[in-house]
Amino acid sequence: MIDDRRFALEVEDLTVAYSDQPVLWDIDLVVPAGDKMAIIGPNGAGKSTLIKAAMGLVPAVAGEVRVFGRPFAKGRGEIAYVPQRSGLEWDFPTDVLDVVTMGTYGSLGWFRRPGLVERERARAALDEVTMGAFERRPIAQLSGGQQQRVLLARALVQEAPILMLDEPFQGVDAPTERAIVAVLDRLSNEGKTVIVVHHDLQTVPEYFDSVLLLNVRAIESGPVADVFTEENLRLTFGGRVGVLAQLAAAETDR
Amino acid sequence: MIDFFGDYTLRVVALGSGILGAVAGALGSFAYLRRQSLVGDALSHAALPGIAIAFLLTGGKAPLPIMMGAALAGWVATLAVRLVVRRSRVPYDSALGMSLAVFFGFGLVLLTFIQKRPDAAQAGLDSFLFGQAASLLREDVVAMSILGAACLILLAVLWKEFKLLSFDTEFGESLGRPMRRLDGLFTLLLVVAVVIGLRTVGVVLMSAMVVAPAAAARQLTNRLAPMVVIAAAIGVFSGVSGAILSSIIPHLPTGPTIVLVLSTVVVVSLVFAPRRGLLWRWIRLGRLQPSAALDPVLMHLYALSQQHPDEPDHGHPMAVLRTMSPVGADIERVLVDLQARGLIEAVGEGLWAPTPIGRREAERNIDRADELRS
Repeated sequence: MIDDRRFALEVEDLTVAYSDQPVLWDIDLVVPAGDKMAIIGPNGAGKSTLIKAAMGLVPAVAGEVRVFGRPFAKGRGEIAYVPQRSGLEWDFPTDVLDVVTMGTYGSLGWFRRPGLVERERARAALDEVTMGAFERRPIAQLSGGQQQRVLLARALVQEAPILMLDEPFQGVDAPTERAIVAVLDRLSNEGKTVIVVHHDLQTVPEYFDSVLLLNVRAIESGPVADVFTEENLRLTFGGRVGVLAQLAAAETDR
Repeated sequence: MIDFFGDYTLRVVALGSGILGAVAGALGSFAYLRRQSLVGDALSHAALPGIAIAFLLTGGKAPLPIMMGAALAGWVATLAVRLVVRRSRVPYDSALGMSLAVFFGFGLVLLTFIQKRPDAAQAGLDSFLFGQAASLLREDVVAMSILGAACLILLAVLWKEFKLLSFDTEFGESLGRPMRRLDGLFTLLLVVAVVIGLRTVGVVLMSAMVVAPAAAARQLTNRLAPMVVIAAAIGVFSGVSGAILSSIIPHLPTGPTIVLVLSTVVVVSLVFAPRRGLLWRWIRLGRLQPSAALDPVLMHLYALSQQHPDEPDHGHPMAVLRTMSPVGADIERVLVDLQARGLIEAVGEGLWAPTPIGRREAERNIDRADELRS
């Protein structure tokens, strides 16, 4: 296959099941390079599972994933992953700088330890998420928003052309949300591809260029202006009142 | 006081127990952080049938076959756990408990069977249950040192990989590091640690050597490397001092003595550790937070009364307070207690309202909670 860098991520026929219950059904998805995409869908739609399966973190029943036109196994180094904050054990005996330095472990390989260079890279990433003053803080003493910024910094250190974030705005304070949005904008402006599992419909048009509407199946994907319609949202969320009210509120905001 | 450096047996026993303490403490730190403390327990209990089968096959108690048998059985037990978890809906901890019981029960059956045989060689095989450090030989200690050194060197070399494995396996996987193989390797290292402890503390008490030093060390530091070093040091201290104590005091078994010393260290660190210790928390928070924690019913009643600001005497039924409280809480007793302290009053049949004093108390509690948070 030729080296094709037009598409950051191509997912084909991806199906994932947990004990015979399909969680994702025959997903096809193409994310153009440089896209800033939100993955939207109701609870249990398989949003987190999709990015985990695309990264090989959960086994897929079927399907294929390509990164910049290459098979996933060869392209995995081009993706940085930000897991859900709540899935981690924050009472772990380490500090902020150490966690962010973990982002360099992939490039260090076996046996080599992080040194001055790696720590400098980690510090730069911490500064970007305005956590520079907290580098020696034990992670057990961080607020939720600070935890999220630390995880984002860890992914920034990887300097990967693709970032996948799982619910980065879940339960964070306003300054953290602004900091994350600023970082995502910066990455996008530099031509990097950003894929975010997102739960807040109101902010989709403001934060993202394109959107995938997901409910076990891929309902629709494409530019926000074309795809983020009331009709598609009803298809995705089953026409629940709260959702449509949210959308109406978003319309009036604009 | 006995002559530690002159007594050859004691020196061997103390050295063996110290090595065990260092290895179990260091590896146990990672097991503890991975919430896998039970794995050490399951592994060591599962070693028993391996020991018995090795004895049946070789007809003797030579260290190497016994160690191999123990390690193999422990390894098979972890594979069984993985198989059960993957193929059924049985959760991980239940699968561990089951495999522990099945393997250990099988081991006891084999042990009884062996002991009924007219065979002098079997004498003392049951010492693997609770250990018999006094019977340690120089060869045993040499084998233990080699295995232990191998474990610690691997731990140091793969330090950052094991840290990833313990803190964020998924992220490690996303970096392309082979987390599942590292997980297997870590289990193997735990198996080796258990094997090292067979002769000293035995299969039953071994899990304490894995869990306890880590639990104590976690109290004392917020960084990984110091935690591992402290855990290893606590392991060495307990091993050596347990060995010495049991040789000073007649008829004191070494393994259980080591575990008792260890337990003392754990209790002391749980209570007295700076910042994380119970005493520290009690001193720090005890003065500031008592009533808010003690009188949730008062706070609920206050919150309810805030909904009727013009009507301070508005009564609230006990049933409402009950639904706001944890299941099984003795609301009646608390209400009587609060009434006796003049904080609440009955304003009707089964209806309660805070008194002005109670309202002031509740407001003070809220201020204190704010103060604590800032």
